[in-house]
Amino acid sequence: MRFFSPAAVADRPAPPEAGDAPLLVLRDIVKVFPGVVANDRVTLEVRSGEVHALLGENGAGKTTLVNILYGIYPPDGGEILLRGRPVRIPSPRHAIALGIGMVPQHPQLVRRHTVAENVALGLPGLPFFRPLRALEDRIRELADQYGLGVDPRARVADLSAGEQQRVEILRVLLRGARILVLDEPTSALTPQEARALFRVLRRMREEGCAVILITHKLEEVLEASDRVTVLRRGRVVGTLRTREVEARQLARLMVGREVQFGTARTPRPPGEEVLSLEDVWAPGDGGTPALRGVSFQVRSGEVFGLAGVAGNGQRECVEVCVGLRRGTHGRVRIFGQEVTGRGPRMIHEGGVAHVPEDRIRRGVVGGLSVAENLVLRRYRHPPFARGPFLDRRAIEAFARRLIALYAIDSPGPWVPARILSGGNLQRLILARELHGEVRLIVAVHPTSGLDVAAAQQVRRILLERRDAGAGVLLVSEDLEEILELSDRIGVMFRGRVVGVLPVEEADPERLGLWMMGHGA
Amino acid sequence: MRRIGPLLLLPDPNPSGWWAVCVSLLALVGACTAAGGVFWAYGVSPLVAYRVIAEGTFLDSRALPEVVRRTIPLLLVGTGLVLAFRAQFWNIGAEGQLLSGAVAATGVALFSPLPSGLLVPAMLAAGFVLGALWAALPAFLRLRWGAHEVLTTLLLNYVAAYGVEWLVHGPWKGPSMMGFAYTDLFPEAAWLPVLAGTRVHWPTLTLGIGFAVFGSVLLYRTVLGFEIRMQGENPEAARYAGISPAKTVLAAALLSGGAAGLAGVGEAAGIHHRLLSPGQVSMGYGYAGIVVAWLARGNPLGAIPSALLLGVVFTSGDVMQVALRMPFRVTDVFNGLILLFLVGSTPLLQTRIRWAPVRSKPAPAPGGEGWTPSSRPS
Repeated sequence: MRFFSPAAVADRPAPPEAGDAPLLVLRDIVKVFPGVVANDRVTLEVRSGEVHALLGENGAGKTTLVNILYGIYPPDGGEILLRGRPVRIPSPRHAIALGIGMVPQHPQLVRRHTVAENVALGLPGLPFFRPLRALEDRIRELADQYGLGVDPRARVADLSAGEQQRVEILRVLLRGARILVLDEPTSALTPQEARALFRVLRRMREEGCAVILITHKLEEVLEASDRVTVLRRGRVVGTLRTREVEARQLARLMVGREVQFGTARTPRPPGEEVLSLEDVWAPGDGGTPALRGVSFQVRSGEVFGLAGVAGNGQRECVEVCVGLRRGTHGRVRIFGQEVTGRGPRMIHEGGVAHVPEDRIRRGVVGGLSVAENLVLRRYRHPPFARGPFLDRRAIEAFARRLIALYAIDSPGPWVPARILSGGNLQRLILARELHGEVRLIVAVHPTSGLDVAAAQQVRRILLERRDAGAGVLLVSEDLEEILELSDRIGVMFRGRVVGVLPVEEADPERLGLWMMGHGA
Repeated sequence: MRRIGPLLLLPDPNPSGWWAVCVSLLALVGACTAAGGVFWAYGVSPLVAYRVIAEGTFLDSRALPEVVRRTIPLLLVGTGLVLAFRAQFWNIGAEGQLLSGAVAATGVALFSPLPSGLLVPAMLAAGFVLGALWAALPAFLRLRWGAHEVLTTLLLNYVAAYGVEWLVHGPWKGPSMMGFAYTDLFPEAAWLPVLAGTRVHWPTLTLGIGFAVFGSVLLYRTVLGFEIRMQGENPEAARYAGISPAKTVLAAALLSGGAAGLAGVGEAAGIHHRLLSPGQVSMGYGYAGIVVAWLARGNPLGAIPSALLLGVVFTSGDVMQVALRMPFRVTDVFNGLILLFLVGSTPLLQTRIRWAPVRSKPAPAPGGEGWTPSSRPS
């Protein structure tokens, strides 16, 4: 152990401390960013041998707080106490030396290298000759100890998202971390993988580690944590024992008012087919086939949810549907018409709305004004274009109407779109895409990064359109969202839809197995 | 967010127009200071040098027309490049496009049977077309096979330069030029008219200013300009909106190449009245145009003052040669330094500096428009 992580040896506490003495205290932490107080006198106490959840909406200040703990930002006020002694953490290197480890939200590994090679990166004290051999043994030992089944010789590129995350955890443990921070760790995991992760966290707790689990999902807090600290708009609104709370109470603390769970989705007989894919094949960005014979149908008046672990062809599938990618084989029909080979403009003008997965990169042009972004789809038609010229007045009038209709919070129609917040950008995109006669909506991660209220609003808009007779293709990695909104659910795995179920027969367990390629 | 003494540095994604001007001026001051080092190394006091340059250029009414005549090609080239850069078509080949324009003008002037009244318009048209074609080739290569235009446009400069060299040494060598590598002089009907007593060929100057105005209207008031801006700001979103990159890239390439071609017509028909070796036709206006476009910060009208400034730099080359016995090519050092400082100042442009000796509450971001010619978004 010594040659791997001297810091851990120096700092290792004797036996796990008894319940009450806090291992780590962040006291009255203040952090101000231009225009926003991200952390306002936040106090967090973490004991050794506990999983402490940090719950809050996007923008509540969770990530800021742990970034301060990990030495990424200096705090503007307050202090950090480790085992009762004040410490200064000017950089992640110092944090690591103090036994604080961060498991990033998205694994940051060298894909072509093996697990052991990745773990070796930045690890001090490896022997000069055959360093990996010693390390591999150590990895197996630790993996056994914590139930992290990982083969040190496997190549990272061959691992699933859950396995890659375990590699990140191993890396942190090997550097001697006694305090682990996990930032939204389940966002890319199947339900089964998430459960396995929680088992690992419990093992860590038994070994006397302290785990800080950042999340905005209530079920995770209830399932995995011992105590929970709820943040709202940069302030702590409460620290509670998980055993003594229930979901509704946590939701109220997190959002600040009573929350309506679920969206009223009334059953509705589906209409005619609006989108149909038949044995569609298409290349991915690298040229190898990303779609290998996809077939499914979306009917009017229904939400078809497409679930799956990221990277199994959902993105390519959507791009083929909206005309951004060409299939090499198979047929795509929209409203009964073959659209293979038509461009995105023709397909959109035929009545297809597309809410793209990446707002910033594809959905808007940040440097152009809000008004210009709102006419992105129809600027070439009257009244916005008159001959070769643009009619700025018509554009402005249209923009003002949509800004009011969709409650886009913008200082005006002519400010650059990039100054808008995520929720406002998403409203901008919805306003633009859903304007006019839309009979098919293709929505990809429509609520990612939005706060609870904004996400709820987006879901309501989608369901309203469904009730009005539009077909909705909803792609999401968030199973709960899929289960809440969809009438039928399809699961993609390795470029195929491996199964389709009506929502009444779907449960997370079965979908999770399909997402991993089992049982379909 | 960082702090230097009492100054607080805040990131600002939406800098105001006046801040862009401030940063540009600061970059110019930085470039002049650095160029002072060059003077000093040459054994000339920088202060003396700048005084001599000022007196020899913009403080001297007789030198002003010289400044203007150097501004003409810079304005045409610079405005064209503003359009190209807004579409993210990184045209480094204006020098070659300018030379093509000069070749086209020479061909029309010497070998066409047109009546004298039509000669000048025909030369301008031919110059625009050949310059545009010279830029169309790299645009085509990029759209068809993804060949990067920085390489292709740059390399085509050499093709153009050696082409001109070959013409003036070979087939077009003037019989009346006693062995010099010139073509014959153009007939007088093919000379561009000048303002009396100067070398300011005003038709080209008018075209330059007109082109800057046209470019501004094009970018901000037309469908095509909207598409060009969208393509340049976010190609991925442009694809999503169904914009064909072939159209925007080609339009930007043709316009910038054509404008450079017009500049070439101006140099051949307005100054030299013949075609001669490429280094004498152009003095590097095609490269300096890049500095003009960068200094204009994406605004075609901004090319007017920035071309004037570079005109002063070029004229100062003559002054330095005569009064300080320094080589004319010191101007290249100047231009290079200006570009270096302008590009280097981009992070500063996206920073707001606040005087905050003690902790204070931050203010909301100001409004206004700003454009940064940063690299392609990844």
